[in-house]
Amino acid sequence: MTAITTAYPATWRRPPFIADGRLRWALIAGAVAYFVLAIGGLEINWVRIGEGLERGWRFVAAFARPDFLSRWDDIALGMQESLTMALTSTAVGILLSVPIGIGAARNLVPRPVYLVCRAIVAGARSFQEIIIAIFFVAMVGFGPFAGFLTLSLSTIGFLGKLLAEDIEDIDEAQAEAIRATGGSWLQLVNYGIQPQVMPRLIGLSLYRLDINFRESAVVGIVGAGGIGATLNTALDRYEFDSAAAILLLIIAIVMLCEYGSSLVRRRIQ
Amino acid sequence: MLRIEGLTKRYRTGDLALEGVDLEVPAGQVMGLIGPSGAGKSTLIRCINRLVEPSAGRVFLGGAEVTGLGRAQLRAMRRRMGMIFQEFALVERLTVMENVLSGRLGYVPFWRSLSRRFPPEDVTKAYRTLDRVGLIDHVDKRADALSGGQRQRVGIARALVQDPDILLIDEPTASLDPKTSRQIMRLIGEICSERGLAAIVNIHDVGLAQMFLQRIVGLRHGKVVFDGPAEALKPDVLTQIYGEEDWTRSIRDDEEDGDAARADRKHGDHAAEPERERLAGLT
Amino acid sequence: MPVAHAADGRVAWRRRTPRQDLLRWFGWFLLVALTVFCWQVMTQDTIWSFVADAPTQAADIGQRMVPPRWEYMDRLWWPLWDTINIATLGTALAVVLGVPVAFLAARNTTPSATFVRPLALLVIVSSRSINALIWALLLVTILGPGVLAGIVAIALRSIGFVAKLLYEAIEEIDQAQVEAVTATGASPAQVMDYAMVPQILPAFAGITVFRWDINIRESSVVGLVGAGGLGLQLESSLNVLAWPQVSLILLVVLATVLLSEWVSAKVRHAII
Repeated sequence: MTAITTAYPATWRRPPFIADGRLRWALIAGAVAYFVLAIGGLEINWVRIGEGLERGWRFVAAFARPDFLSRWDDIALGMQESLTMALTSTAVGILLSVPIGIGAARNLVPRPVYLVCRAIVAGARSFQEIIIAIFFVAMVGFGPFAGFLTLSLSTIGFLGKLLAEDIEDIDEAQAEAIRATGGSWLQLVNYGIQPQVMPRLIGLSLYRLDINFRESAVVGIVGAGGIGATLNTALDRYEFDSAAAILLLIIAIVMLCEYGSSLVRRRIQ
Repeated sequence: MLRIEGLTKRYRTGDLALEGVDLEVPAGQVMGLIGPSGAGKSTLIRCINRLVEPSAGRVFLGGAEVTGLGRAQLRAMRRRMGMIFQEFALVERLTVMENVLSGRLGYVPFWRSLSRRFPPEDVTKAYRTLDRVGLIDHVDKRADALSGGQRQRVGIARALVQDPDILLIDEPTASLDPKTSRQIMRLIGEICSERGLAAIVNIHDVGLAQMFLQRIVGLRHGKVVFDGPAEALKPDVLTQIYGEEDWTRSIRDDEEDGDAARADRKHGDHAAEPERERLAGLT
Repeated sequence: MPVAHAADGRVAWRRRTPRQDLLRWFGWFLLVALTVFCWQVMTQDTIWSFVADAPTQAADIGQRMVPPRWEYMDRLWWPLWDTINIATLGTALAVVLGVPVAFLAARNTTPSATFVRPLALLVIVSSRSINALIWALLLVTILGPGVLAGIVAIALRSIGFVAKLLYEAIEEIDQAQVEAVTATGASPAQVMDYAMVPQILPAFAGITVFRWDINIRESSVVGLVGAGGLGLQLESSLNVLAWPQVSLILLVVLATVLLSEWVSAKVRHAII
């Protein structure tokens, strides 16, 4: 028995994730070098942070006693703009993204239509909402209308892409069955495609409503209306208790949205 | 070796899974536990090492009481009880060696297990055990790259490196085809007799149980209804265990629900075979 | 099956009962009415002559934007480096802070489902509700302008994202593997190391890379409120209406985003 025992190794190392030793060490060294450079290059002004921490603490403390009242008119207007902007842009976005999404599905439309619709979707997705908002503000002036345009465009990008992918992933057999009955293209979409993608489209739309509300808080920073502008002003004036009130409102509404959409989604599925 | 007194388990849902089970397994005995799905076989095994906390009753291993131990003591006690699972329960994304070495976790401090630097004698033991179960060439493979039979061998090796006094084996063959099932059961039997290990084997397949086990205990509705040698497992006894009205059908029903059916679906072509074997075992 | 009885006694198939139909139409009507109402509230102060003028404005801006001022690139290398750092360090910080939150929020690992879990979920929803740009706005006020504010802003926004996806992954792990390792007598820390971590590692890596990709986009704009990176340059160019510079910055942002998308796709492919 002892003779056999000695035959077995007494050490074992886990095989490394990257088998090539040199590549592994090069990657590790590269990562370490990057982090040293990046963190070393940070210019940290400790005096400023010292002052800031005190201010930060005041801000945290403000959450314990948020001030909804003294700027209530501004807050109410901002919220009204944000909410209306979110709802209308979601509605318009859905209406436009359905045809564009169908057009961007390779298995349904001729190639030129596909390419055009794909280009629209890709274009709508390529930039941050805030950058798009800057341009819309420059084009139509300050106010929630610019925000509405921004959010509609990004809704098209978001829903159009996901809808197109969904349609491309459908069960071909069901569409085939409708084609076999001699149905027209519209009947095909209505009977072969719609039932398959509808539940997810509704779920995604609700999710997008939620995103649009959150984004509507941001576009205000560049003048496109909504609660973001109010928040920006409050912070500029160091009115932390009003800012805390606004943030709490945003969080509450987002939570409400998520809860509501989870309820609706459970009912559809 | 193992003594169970008045073991009762009532789940929070109100289901009474075990009701006053008394059982004794002497050292070196391999005992089979049979009974219909839901009879409490899995619960019984899990109450022994307290993966499921018993509601009442006591469990002794080699004179020491398992029930009532504190956390640290319970961990030390679990080292003495090797467990083998029906779906193997290997950590799929770890290597075979890590899975086997995980049987030593109760013996080594956290930093050693974290850095995978196990003591040399543990590593040697793991190699030797892997050789014993025939997997010495698969040490560095990931567990999810192995076949079902190979995975169960890793599961057995993991339990063995614990240096247990007893093996708790939960449906070891339920996910395997008939041929591999026999090989695994034979391996378990051999290892237990080599090491003088006691074992409790939950098993669905009556034929297999009779073929490889000396003593059979029948469980029904959480109570022991039969306890005797495998040869005594006659049709009337099966009636007692599996159901009054028509035991011939209860055996076929048995295959349609529960674990055996799941295994059969997995190994489509062999679906008919276990039944034939089982019926062969009955006559 | 809902059917309609015509006057002559013939039976016609209907998908829904008339009552269901009515409710459905009423629901749609409410939704449309609400949307129209919102539209009206939103646009009450809109100056339509500006909107009508928009195409001319767009054409004008477009004309001013080409050609981009290529030599401005010399002054963009540093902000570009800053942008990448904000995204990477911010993601790293978010992962460090988000992982414990995820374990506190997952039903099967939380120390207390009644006290700790709701708290962890609140952290997650707060972090997720507030856009990185708003976090940046806040942090610039608190920490002063600069890269640090950007990093912390990105991190604060990403904690919720990382923690939410990770805790869902933790809740989905195969409990049998955990049971098996527990049965060997392993301590809770060892069970975590041997049974849980291997199962969530792929999800973890995927989430991290995914978030890093998103953060590259976000970090290119946090500068608009003073938190460093390319956005800072964008802001100053916009302030002086230097449209050729703006177009160059946008091109750089676009290139970075495409590159990060490519990198993250590669990495995800290598891991999974």
